[in-house]
Amino acid sequence: MSENTLAQAPVHLRQGSSIGQPLTRRDGVLKVTGGAVYAADNHPPGLLHAVLAVSTIARGRVAALDLAAARAHPGVVEVMTPGHKPALAQDPDEKAGPFAFRLDLLQDDRVRYANQSIAVVIAETIEAATEGAALLAPRYEVEPARMDLHDAESFFPAVVGAGTPAAEHHGDVDAGMAAAAVRVEATYDTSAQYHNAMEPHAIVAVWDGDKLRLDTPSQGMAMAQARIAGLFGIPPENIHIRSPFLGGGFGSKGMISGPQVLGIMAAKLVGRPVKLVLRREQMYGPVGHRAPTRQTLRLGADAGGALTAIGHHTKTASSSFDDFFEPASGASHSLYASPAIATSHEGVRLDTGTPLFMRAPGEATGSIALESAIDEMADACGMDPLTFRLKNYAEVEPISGKPFSSKALRQCYEQGAARFGWASRPLAPRMMRDAAGMLVGWGMGTATFPALMFQAKARATLRRDGTGLMEIGAHDMGQGAWTALAQIAADGLGLDIDQVEFRSGTSDLPDGGIAGGSAHTATAGMAVHGAGADVIARLAELATGDERSPLFGAGNAGVVARGGRLSRRDDEARGESYADILDRAGLAGIEGSGGSAANPVAQSAYAMHAHGAVFAEVKVDPDLGQIRVTRLVGAFAAGTIINPRMVRSQYYGGMIWGLSFALLEKAVTDRRSGRIMNADLGEYHVPVNADVPSVEAILVEERDAHVNALGIKGVGEIGITGTAGAIANAVWHATGRRVRQFPITLDRLID
Amino acid sequence: MNRFDYIRPTTIPEAVAAASAPGAAYLAAGTNLVDLMKGGIARPSRLVDVGRLPGLSAIEHLPDGGVRIGALVRNADLAYDPGFARRFPAVAEALLSGASAQLRNAATVGGNLLQRTRCAYFHDVASACNKREPGAGCDARGGENRLHAVLGWSEGCIATHPSDFCVPLAAFNAIVEVAGATGHRDIPLEEFHLLPGETPERETLLAPGELILALRLPGTEAAFAAHARYLKVRERTSYAFAVVSAAAGLRLDGGRIAEARLALGGVALKPWRARAAEAALVGATPDEAAFRLAAEAALEAARPSGDNAFKIELARRILVRALTLAAAGTPARMPALPASPFAIGA
Ligand SMILES: Cc1cc2nc3c(=O)[nH]c(=O)nc-3n(C[C@H](O)[C@H](O)[C@H](O)COP(=O)(O)OP(=O)(O)OC[C@H]3O[C@@H](n4cnc5c(N)ncnc54)[C@H](O)[C@@H]3O)c2cc1C
Ligand code: SF4
Repeated sequence: MSENTLAQAPVHLRQGSSIGQPLTRRDGVLKVTGGAVYAADNHPPGLLHAVLAVSTIARGRVAALDLAAARAHPGVVEVMTPGHKPALAQDPDEKAGPFAFRLDLLQDDRVRYANQSIAVVIAETIEAATEGAALLAPRYEVEPARMDLHDAESFFPAVVGAGTPAAEHHGDVDAGMAAAAVRVEATYDTSAQYHNAMEPHAIVAVWDGDKLRLDTPSQGMAMAQARIAGLFGIPPENIHIRSPFLGGGFGSKGMISGPQVLGIMAAKLVGRPVKLVLRREQMYGPVGHRAPTRQTLRLGADAGGALTAIGHHTKTASSSFDDFFEPASGASHSLYASPAIATSHEGVRLDTGTPLFMRAPGEATGSIALESAIDEMADACGMDPLTFRLKNYAEVEPISGKPFSSKALRQCYEQGAARFGWASRPLAPRMMRDAAGMLVGWGMGTATFPALMFQAKARATLRRDGTGLMEIGAHDMGQGAWTALAQIAADGLGLDIDQVEFRSGTSDLPDGGIAGGSAHTATAGMAVHGAGADVIARLAELATGDERSPLFGAGNAGVVARGGRLSRRDDEARGESYADILDRAGLAGIEGSGGSAANPVAQSAYAMHAHGAVFAEVKVDPDLGQIRVTRLVGAFAAGTIINPRMVRSQYYGGMIWGLSFALLEKAVTDRRSGRIMNADLGEYHVPVNADVPSVEAILVEERDAHVNALGIKGVGEIGITGTAGAIANAVWHATGRRVRQFPITLDRLID
Repeated sequence: MNRFDYIRPTTIPEAVAAASAPGAAYLAAGTNLVDLMKGGIARPSRLVDVGRLPGLSAIEHLPDGGVRIGALVRNADLAYDPGFARRFPAVAEALLSGASAQLRNAATVGGNLLQRTRCAYFHDVASACNKREPGAGCDARGGENRLHAVLGWSEGCIATHPSDFCVPLAAFNAIVEVAGATGHRDIPLEEFHLLPGETPERETLLAPGELILALRLPGTEAAFAAHARYLKVRERTSYAFAVVSAAAGLRLDGGRIAEARLALGGVALKPWRARAAEAALVGATPDEAAFRLAAEAALEAARPSGDNAFKIELARRILVRALTLAAAGTPARMPALPASPFAIGA
């Protein structure tokens, strides 16, 4: 981290605790001044540039490449092809581990999706490499592309998402439906979406013998090390990754992608440092996406509006060569009480890249369908959507019957509804207009996301000068890990945050675990917390065992660490500074370590989720169909909030993504060629400022004694869930028209 | 990127001479051309950078009440010129509804006229496109063509012209002043862009090497200033090309329409002046019935070129709304969301 100097946090009134303080991002100044070094900003001496040549067909073979033309182009150094590449120690199609997705590393001339890498041109300049790649002018043997979710032959995968069962149930849904007084059966379609992180996948690879130095954005450096180690037949510790900042990942940088590995291969082939940066359009294929779905919801309710059955079936697609099935139906497991719930998934294979985790995988997609169906059911029962949801409030997790570790959803409903003014909502649609004659509609959705935890380690040092050091190979994707984890470190070390040096973002530090599943603050944070506690305990041992110390004989349990001092719990006046303890012991510093993992006992006893309620106001032009979301209010409960400013940002970002899901995002695919026709941010629409005039996030107090010792749940993904459905429901409430295809576009509102 | 010459001429004749060579292209701000070069869609062998040519950056208010706009005037500078916005508010509104603030600050008015279609198949060099490669075919036919043309298209090309600025320019009889090897000439904007017909690769009346010097808006057209609007329906609130747009100007006299100006954007390969609709409005009272009739007249020849039938009815409704807004009067201040149905201040 030598080249990246993090700003000290501004002075705040902290009342002894950093956790809970709305500190601004410690990397903020670096970022807005351009000082933050992202992977592609690195230029080691002797650097060459690699550019991918990618396929323009979705299925078939590369019959010919004009290698001579590419090689002859001035500046081109090498062209890496299936026939000319460094040997790998492992077949990239081998399923080497649970998250080892099959990669396209030029293993043969097959093309399995558009934008697949078919060659890599390495040159002295990026321009020469780009032109070299264009000169390859591939010829193909084309096979017809299979692009239609509804045309392909389907099957039933055993597992979906990260490996959860594809079908689950409790009770008898058919019986529940038969007994119902009111039934809703509806089908919802969602579109293929691409992560589109601002920063494209990039890598700068430098080989030194069998050692490898990489600058590359990663949401999971240890996993990347393991995967690369396997592919190249070198020990993982030979691979040094620097990933101090990511310009967003959203799941697409969780596993090392094919193009990143190709950058490493290219460096090996030429024996010089190589940089490879994906072009925007090249991100539409080899680095994952959210697959399209068709979801069928079957809801039954009795005459009083109590659900009798929830059936949620999802048809979705994986690639022709690997398995990732968007686990959309899982959204129905935990939200609404019902004596019968059945969820299932059906898969097809399309000639696309393999889909992948994309912010709130499953929950985002499933929630838009579930929340729409719930809204339809509330309407069918003649009930207010909030009343209906409260009527079906789940006191225990419906699918498992487990109690919740904590659940402040009722408070989310209350506080969100009050802030939004929900009580004055007319029940019937198409009842509200603004002064300009626009149709106005109000809708709501429930948000939920599981509170997960992975494994991580951290190392803490207290130094003789009274400062502390916390080291963990954690990942800041922009979410604020540099700040939030430093806050936990400060409290763990009993120091002011300005006294703590926080090192992170490189693979030679203790493994901070993957930044995904909204679990990074909990996972890395608990490791940091543990390391802090460990080093304090060691320090206390030193002091309490030393008769020259005022703490002599106090015993570990009787000591508190605060403000750089240890003092007796029973008499805080008696104590001394860390520096004094170390000084007297003649130590330059003292080290401790910590680790974190989910507690299996608590996990089997409790259902763990964050919750929220989102309220949306939309305006729709009655003649022209253009939609605008004029207000979003979300209230979320996610356990302990480490940094309310950053958490609010996560909720905002999630809610805006929900808007994007409901109204904008869609990969437009040419059915004939399999190419994505809007593979750029000009045409692949995401919200702009004018699309979000008002977003509010309410942080609802929640204490959770079971998820982990600090009570941290995740906040990174939940904002999408609930929001997308709330907007769809608001569109219905404005227009009286139920659109079940997402994104909702204006042509569906005007015919 | 391929190799190309870069020339920065200092006089107009020098520029014209340099750009008359085959494969040469003018470069203004490059917000369109450079993108196309990066994608391999445009591969000029010579760039003639006119960005610093003297004398092309002025906004001149003419004695007849008209305005002469140098080809290098930035989109934003024109939109925020108070005198201009007062006389031609719908043009200013159209400018401010296009692209983003950053792009408008850079983009020139000459470049705006000559921006290329956003047809995805034109931009995808692996697709067949008659415009890029005459005779290659048109992959937009039978492809993803929800936003393609409903007027004036041919079997050979169904693309649309993306400019917002050009729509009110067509409505308000703008003139394009150009300089070529044989001298200067004026081209009415309405005729400047060509429909695809059999030659979709021919996009404008410009001869090779001809340089746009300026645009003129005649003083007579300032008579519509009190009732002139631009309305643009988009798939997001801002920073998106038009699905369909319309410019409308009315000159009212004694409660009746004395004269009307009407053009559509996003429906054809050129800004679509709706002269029949204008004629239908003359003498009518400015009410919904008259507007609806005009809209019918404007779209009479429309037919879908793919999955885009919705654009025909949408275009009618946009015309009706634009006329309604124009009749209500030009707002005193530029709306916070220019040209949006959600315009505040509309
Ligand atoms: C992301 C994005 C969104 C956009 N959204 C919109 C929108 O919503 N509405 C809209 O109207 N536009 C939009 N635009 C287009 C934008 O308005 C044009 O890119 C811009 O006006 C082009 O001007 P320029 O000076 O950069 O032209 P350049 O890119 O330099 O040139 C464009 C073309 O004009 C030719 N040319 C330039 N000047 C002259 C001249 N004086 N004489 C002869 N030929 C000349 C060039 O040879 C080239 O072919 C968008 C652009 C982008 C990139
Ligand atoms: S519509 Fe026109 S621009 Fe688009 S692919 Fe066809 S010929 Fe090319």
